[in-house]
Amino acid sequence: MTGTGTGTGQRAYRPRMSLWWWARKRSYTLFILRELSSVFVAWFVLFTLLTVWSVARGEERYEQFLDFASNPLVVALNVLALAFLLFHTVTWFNLTPKAMPVKVRGRRVPSTVVIAAQWLGFVVVSAFVVWLVVS
Amino acid sequence: MADSITLRVTRYQPEVDDEPRAQDFDVPLRENWVVLDGLNYIKDRLDGTLSYRWSCRMGICGSCGMMVDGEPALTCATFLVDHAPGPIRVEPLANFPVVRDLVVDIGDFLEKLPRVSPWIVRDDDIPVDEGESLQTPEELADYKQYSMCINCMLCYSACPVYGLDPDFIGPAAIALAQRYNLDSRDDGAAKRLDVLIHPDGVWGCTFVGECTTACPKDVDPAGAIQRYKLTAAMETIKSYVSPGGGP
Amino acid sequence: MTTAHDVVLVGGGGAGLRAAIAIAEARPELDVAVVSKVYPMRSHTVSAEGGAAGVIGADDSLDEHIYDTISGSDWLADQDAVEMFVEEAPRELIRLEHWGCPWSREPDGRVAVRPFGGMKKQRTWFAADKTGFHMLHTLFQTSLKYGTIHRYDEWFVTKLVVDDGVIQGVVAIELSTGRIETMTAKAVILATGGCGRVFPFTTNAAIKTGDGMSLAYRAGAPLKDMEFVQYHPTGLPFTGILITEAARAEGGWLLNKDGYRYLQDYDLGKPEPTPVLRSMELGPRDRLSQAFVHEVEEGRAIDTPYGPAVHLDLRHLGAKVIDAKIPFVRELCLKYQNVDPAAELVQVRPVVHYMMGGVHTDIHGATPVKGLYAAGEVACVSINGANRLGSNSLPELLVFGARAGRAAAEYAAGASGPTRAGLRQADDEHRRIWRELRGREPNGNERIADLREQMQHTMEGGAGIYRTGDSLTKAVDTLHEFQGRRDQARIEDHSHTFNTELLTFLELSAMLDVAETIVYSALRREESRGAHQRTDYSARDNDRFLAHSLAHRASDGSCQIRYLPVTITRWPVGERVYGR
Repeated sequence: MTGTGTGTGQRAYRPRMSLWWWARKRSYTLFILRELSSVFVAWFVLFTLLTVWSVARGEERYEQFLDFASNPLVVALNVLALAFLLFHTVTWFNLTPKAMPVKVRGRRVPSTVVIAAQWLGFVVVSAFVVWLVVS
Repeated sequence: MADSITLRVTRYQPEVDDEPRAQDFDVPLRENWVVLDGLNYIKDRLDGTLSYRWSCRMGICGSCGMMVDGEPALTCATFLVDHAPGPIRVEPLANFPVVRDLVVDIGDFLEKLPRVSPWIVRDDDIPVDEGESLQTPEELADYKQYSMCINCMLCYSACPVYGLDPDFIGPAAIALAQRYNLDSRDDGAAKRLDVLIHPDGVWGCTFVGECTTACPKDVDPAGAIQRYKLTAAMETIKSYVSPGGGP
Repeated sequence: MTTAHDVVLVGGGGAGLRAAIAIAEARPELDVAVVSKVYPMRSHTVSAEGGAAGVIGADDSLDEHIYDTISGSDWLADQDAVEMFVEEAPRELIRLEHWGCPWSREPDGRVAVRPFGGMKKQRTWFAADKTGFHMLHTLFQTSLKYGTIHRYDEWFVTKLVVDDGVIQGVVAIELSTGRIETMTAKAVILATGGCGRVFPFTTNAAIKTGDGMSLAYRAGAPLKDMEFVQYHPTGLPFTGILITEAARAEGGWLLNKDGYRYLQDYDLGKPEPTPVLRSMELGPRDRLSQAFVHEVEEGRAIDTPYGPAVHLDLRHLGAKVIDAKIPFVRELCLKYQNVDPAAELVQVRPVVHYMMGGVHTDIHGATPVKGLYAAGEVACVSINGANRLGSNSLPELLVFGARAGRAAAEYAAGASGPTRAGLRQADDEHRRIWRELRGREPNGNERIADLREQMQHTMEGGAGIYRTGDSLTKAVDTLHEFQGRRDQARIEDHSHTFNTELLTFLELSAMLDVAETIVYSALRREESRGAHQRTDYSARDNDRFLAHSLAHRASDGSCQIRYLPVTITRWPVGERVYGR
């Protein structure tokens, strides 16, 4: 079926979105922050690669890297990055049940259960990492 | 409770105005009056030239969506007392061209909707004499939520992606594509794939999630879109690995 | 400007879209235009809740559905039409299933059916309690498949052009631009729905202003059985929002202020804890609404700020059943009345719901004007007679939408183009609308809303659930006066862009036409039958009135009533018996 356009194109008022549209509403701001978190995710990946690279290059390099990592600016950046990464993780977990509805015996598993299962996995993996580091 | 409340209504008449302006009207503040009752009061008693759309007054026809105090809402289901003491800002739905006053042009959605083939696509035609196709309540539940869309356009109005890029096919159209993709009677998923994986399709969505918040019928278009992203990714991988597949 | 189409459909709701698809399938070479004053998915079909009747159960039979419909109509339905309707209804519902309608299902995957008022068997198909919504969206989305269907969204038809008894096309105005256009057509199908808005308290949407009925009436097609106005027994006070009959079919009770199931006092059967078909709360709508009036007269109703009401009790069903079977009822009560039916009583009162009457057609949807067809609530075939059964209107718009579509397509394929006289008439109409748009000189001083409200109260007072010769005579006089005042209406909006004040005026004009035919038809029918109850003629009179009334518009504009005998095939006139 084809529709006859309303034919008002040239006369209708077309509002423009302000550059600051994301500051108008808390949910929009959170969204922009989540988008921004990808920069920090990238930084984390880079940092991890740097770690691996410097370890591979021998002790001296690794010492240099540790000096670099303990620079207050880098620590501050990493704390900020960690916060953004956690934020990213939370939103990612909340999204999973939407993207992947899980069914058990023909019944939809409630999204809270799916999210809880992810947190459980998160806690188990984190505990394992902590155990690795500590022992 | 005060006995009246101010509605700050957007007025725009293209023959006269260069851009929309606000006009205040005082309407009775009654416990069971919705914003739409206030607009009807204005039209019937104060100013017959105010233009807006409405019809069923029971949240099912999808005509009366507007911005109420900056949020997209069905005005037939938005009570004046919940926005007291006012003034209540009543504006045309955001992200759409304004035709006049509170009337927006939704022609863009009507043009996009057919692109996702929102109808049952079958490989074979079942004659009516064979009776109904079987569909269990569980199979019905797989898509039912996405079939509840009333096309009220609140989701488009809440979506900043659509606001910034009007080529984005949008939440409701994708949810309706999923409504048919997930229907056990439909064979059209492959046909809808190209439109949906187009850059203006699901990948345009950055998951703001506001469409789902705005939806008055709990359709959850954001969920439908994220779900389809997973399907689309799987399809793309499949097309690379399956013999003779290839994109 | 003039555009040419083979068939023009006025109205894009259930009947219009079904007709459009029928034409596209039967005659893909024909060019079809769907002209609707709202986007099709806004049409009022969307508000239908309870379901659509069609015989499907092994324990059911076509004859039983036919009998229920005929006795429900108080024997005023044409029996050949009812037989044909009942036979085709299940096929149409199956077709809609194939198009994707999300019908509610049994555990084994078959379509589920529920009981409904006045029906002896369970035969009402449903999609939870948003049946009309799902049907309309299924039809609309399916219609998008067909390239030959051309849509004119938000165009208002102001006139049917008829020359020498043959349809020539329509004149319509595009709301967004004010553009007036002549659309020539070999056939025109009216599918504009009802006119509930002529009454003050109605379930009908704002758009239900009888436009199609008025168009046909002015084009020379008579309006049939207009005195039969259905009051639905359960609407929410103030808003008039419909609480579906399915609420009672699933086991809801009607209680007066003493908590007593009062219907047992009105020859509708004995109260049982679970629903009994054709009994008590599952009696027909006319009898239930009339019982309400008596309860009010006896002082047993509940006083509310919006007039008397009774209680609908759903508490014993529990939240689980309510959420599974009638979720929209709960949503509407919570959202609009701030009442939870799972825990509280819901105040309800009868509310104008449906027009049994409409444009006179035969079983193919054809009106006496050559090339003009009608289907759905705007039409009167008649299968509904003096009272429609709940869940018969949705299959009606499918069955007769499809039939009118096929018949119009056949006719259009052999018909010729517009005549010169027809085109001249269309030009005159252009000029009339231009005048209204630009503003009359001098402008009138009657406020449109005042006229409309006074008309609505005149209708409620004169032609409500119970009528008398006196009340009707008074209403006739008042409405006559309104016809004159209409020309004094004040239109302040002269914009060409989405001029809803002009639209409101055109709708008011249509409503005044329709209101007049309702009161004239009611005044002339000196008997009580179905939804038409005269306190001065309280008995049914088969000798004089086993006949359809036909309201014709005379050349001087007056309304003239003639009668047409009812078609009886196998079901001789009998008593309407419920609950026994």
